Amino acid sequence: MTQQPILELKNVSAAYGRIKAIKDISLKVYPGEVVSIIGANGAGKSTTLMSISCVLPITGGEILYDGVRIDGTAPDLLPARGLCQVPEGRRIFPRLTVEENLDMGAFFRKDKAGILHDMNRVFQLFPILQERRRQHGGTLSGGEQQMLAMGRALMSRPRLLLLDEPSLGLAPLIVQQIFRIIREINESDGVTVVLVEQNANLALQASNRGYVLETGNVIMEDDAQALLANPDIRKAYLGE
Amino acid sequence: MEVFLQQLVNGITLGGVYALVALGYTMVYGIIQLINFAHGEIFAAGGYMGVILISWMVAQGYPPFVCLGVALVLAMGYCALLAMAVEKLVYKPLRSSSRLSVLLSALGMSIFLQNGLMLTQGVYDRAYPGEMVRGGFEIGGAMVSYMQIVIVGITVVLLVGLNTLVFKTRVGKAMRATAQDKTMSALVGINASRIISMTFAIGAALACAAGIMVGMYYGSVRYDMGFVLGVKAFSAAVLGGIGNITGAMLGGLIIGMIEVFAAGYISSEYKDVFAFIILIGVLYFMPTGIMGENVDDTRV
Amino acid sequence: MTIPASRKLWLGYAVAMLWLYVLLWPLIGIKPEGLEFATSTEIWAKLAVVSAILLALWQLKQRGVFDFVSRPAQAASQVFTKAADRVPTWIWLVFVLAGALVFPFLTERYAHDVAISVLVYICLGLGLNVVVGMAGLLDLGYIAFYGVGAYTYALLSVHFGLSFWLCLPLAGAFAAVAGCIIGYPTLRMRGDYLAIVTLGFGEIVRIVLNNWMSLTNGPNGILGIKAPGVYWWQDGKVEHIWLGSLEQLYYVILGLAVCTVVAVYRINNSRIGRAFEAVREDQTAAELMGVNTLGIKLLAYAMGAIFGGLAGAFFASRMRFVSPESFTFIESAMVLAMVVLGGMGSIPGVILGALALIALPEIFRGFELYRMFVFGGVMAMMMLFRPKGLWPAKRMGVRSEEKD
Repeated sequence: MTQQPILELKNVSAAYGRIKAIKDISLKVYPGEVVSIIGANGAGKSTTLMSISCVLPITGGEILYDGVRIDGTAPDLLPARGLCQVPEGRRIFPRLTVEENLDMGAFFRKDKAGILHDMNRVFQLFPILQERRRQHGGTLSGGEQQMLAMGRALMSRPRLLLLDEPSLGLAPLIVQQIFRIIREINESDGVTVVLVEQNANLALQASNRGYVLETGNVIMEDDAQALLANPDIRKAYLGE
Repeated sequence: MEVFLQQLVNGITLGGVYALVALGYTMVYGIIQLINFAHGEIFAAGGYMGVILISWMVAQGYPPFVCLGVALVLAMGYCALLAMAVEKLVYKPLRSSSRLSVLLSALGMSIFLQNGLMLTQGVYDRAYPGEMVRGGFEIGGAMVSYMQIVIVGITVVLLVGLNTLVFKTRVGKAMRATAQDKTMSALVGINASRIISMTFAIGAALACAAGIMVGMYYGSVRYDMGFVLGVKAFSAAVLGGIGNITGAMLGGLIIGMIEVFAAGYISSEYKDVFAFIILIGVLYFMPTGIMGENVDDTRV
Repeated sequence: MTIPASRKLWLGYAVAMLWLYVLLWPLIGIKPEGLEFATSTEIWAKLAVVSAILLALWQLKQRGVFDFVSRPAQAASQVFTKAADRVPTWIWLVFVLAGALVFPFLTERYAHDVAISVLVYICLGLGLNVVVGMAGLLDLGYIAFYGVGAYTYALLSVHFGLSFWLCLPLAGAFAAVAGCIIGYPTLRMRGDYLAIVTLGFGEIVRIVLNNWMSLTNGPNGILGIKAPGVYWWQDGKVEHIWLGSLEQLYYVILGLAVCTVVAVYRINNSRIGRAFEAVREDQTAAELMGVNTLGIKLLAYAMGAIFGGLAGAFFASRMRFVSPESFTFIESAMVLAMVVLGGMGSIPGVILGALALIALPEIFRGFELYRMFVFGGVMAMMMLFRPKGLWPAKRMGVRSEEKD
């Protein structure tokens, strides 16, 4: 591919206090792709996403979005530029209603008609949310919360969506539904997706390419199919 | 019965004022978990701004209601600016420090502002000009002054306005979202600093209105009047369940009632003690307050 | 610093100054007689110039303009600290103590008075230090124990004629009981709730003292409290004398302060002291390690209260008069500020804090009115620039991950 990557990390490091969480991570994501980042617990996957969203200040390297450096900007400016994250644990606003949660997803937007249109689109994707629209976010089940979190992210009309562990703690049927919708928003809305997952099998099957993280380093990158076929990966992450 | 009715009327008046001040504590606590000690001083500054502006306008010969209205609006703006300055100067740089540090600097700020008021306004009581609103009427033996009607009226308008702001507008939603999860609210594009600043400003404006009304009700203001009233209003916020807006309103009303009735039926010397006892009792027996945890739809 | 950063700094300065003027002018300039700008503008201009100079100096320092001064100064101070470290601690202590002993011979009455105040506040600060610095329980009503101690001695002395020395332990005991009474219901509360509840308790004590006319004589206070008395060799025989003069009282409080220092030092280095520290740093972990956290917190309250009570008894005997006015919230804040300014958990820090807050304002007597104003501002700014205090405690807040 010769086109410009929508997201590029060049030797990015980040730390919590003195504990280095990620070291010299480099990766590229091209428009229209689904890229998954897989790895064990504590490998630095969530830290990478939090660094991309500028919530965690990086200690070295560069993060480029659309070819422009974004590291060091305020995190609240990024959704307006099309970069949006669904963080680990979903982080629904528990005492805001489903509708209010969705509205907060479009906080920087002022076009009322567009927001209404997008909310209806979210309700189309996740009909259960429409039924629960006046309920508080905290009262939803885990699967419904995941849907709400994704719906909230979609409200900002993202071009790049970062998803952190969307399958965590959900029933297999719900997980399948979530992944179907990830593919749908990628294919029909053209949203580029970066997917962080512990469920490597599922993630790689839904992806074009994958990166493997171990103790804060990228140890492998390849096409998703190739990774799925790689015996080392199968052994380490796919439980064979 | 007459005494009871009279106390009821006085209790509502006082309780409304406490509710206004309690809201500032509860909103700030809800959003950054800080007991803003300087809030009582903002209240006192509001009382002074009221007396300063009203005295000046009365001297210029404006009619009382115009004086009151304009002074209310200007003083509320002034206090909002003051609280935002305190927030930006002292609390914001300490956002990632330990709670003890922030609490101590809040305490320092409270002493600083109180003495600032003393230095510029003097140690003695400063009287509100004349009786702004004269007269009253009688219901079942209880005297209701027009002043009380004005105070309760302004209080109700402000409380309804705040409720609308917090629960109906997008900014209000953003305030609640920020209080619930700061990182996530940043991830959806909410500027937490701006929201926090705004919370301080709104709380200060309400406290300022309360300060002016207390000044008019008792006829004068004093530089240290924010301290005791601040603790009482904080008690009201705790009683209602800290962080809960409806709770603060209710708590304010209850504390006001208890104080007035206790002063009337038990002992007026010890009236200030009751608020403290309620505070301690609530924290000991039901630390979440009356609107805490279970009925938390109205938390910030 | 880059040029855009510098421009941003000065832009921020301009906005801040404008803001300051908007806040300052209405307080000073609006009068019933009319609007006036001269006074407020003058004050504002002074503030603006001073802060501009400070900002410029800071900016130059960032650029390293003063390196030629600060580098050698730093090196010199390092050499000095190393040399000072080589002298054993006990030599320093002997020097300080000797200085304190001869102090009354070198100075006159007024200095004695100030020195007594400083020593009283040292006792109070050290007592509060046990609660706040060691156990990490923020107490905003500490002065109540001082009041309990003072009133205990005052009442026992006036009504029963009991001697100071007998009342001193009683005052400590009463204060300890009060500490437990206040401490018990607050034990399960979190830090900031604790602060406001102790504040409430402090106020309750003051209001009760103010209104319980039959016992405390209310706001009029209690008069006629006796000074401490001792048997002393005088004119060839042992006689009972009253230690009424300032020098004599100075030695009494010096003795009390030295005892307090020793006691607090011993507590700090005992098992109990480490338990306090454990509760402060991580209550859950302490509990899991088998520390009885409730008991330890109660003990911290009681111990802190004892020192407050002792100082209170002395205060009553020194003033010969007590009234509720001496035990207001602002006094609590003052003692707390000493602990914070000096360095929480640090004994020399608290002593330094007491000196700074009581002795320094006496030197600038002309600015009496501005004392609390400056004090509040310093307390707030302190948290920004030196949150660990002037003389930080060695073990304070050093968590494992912060160590190299």
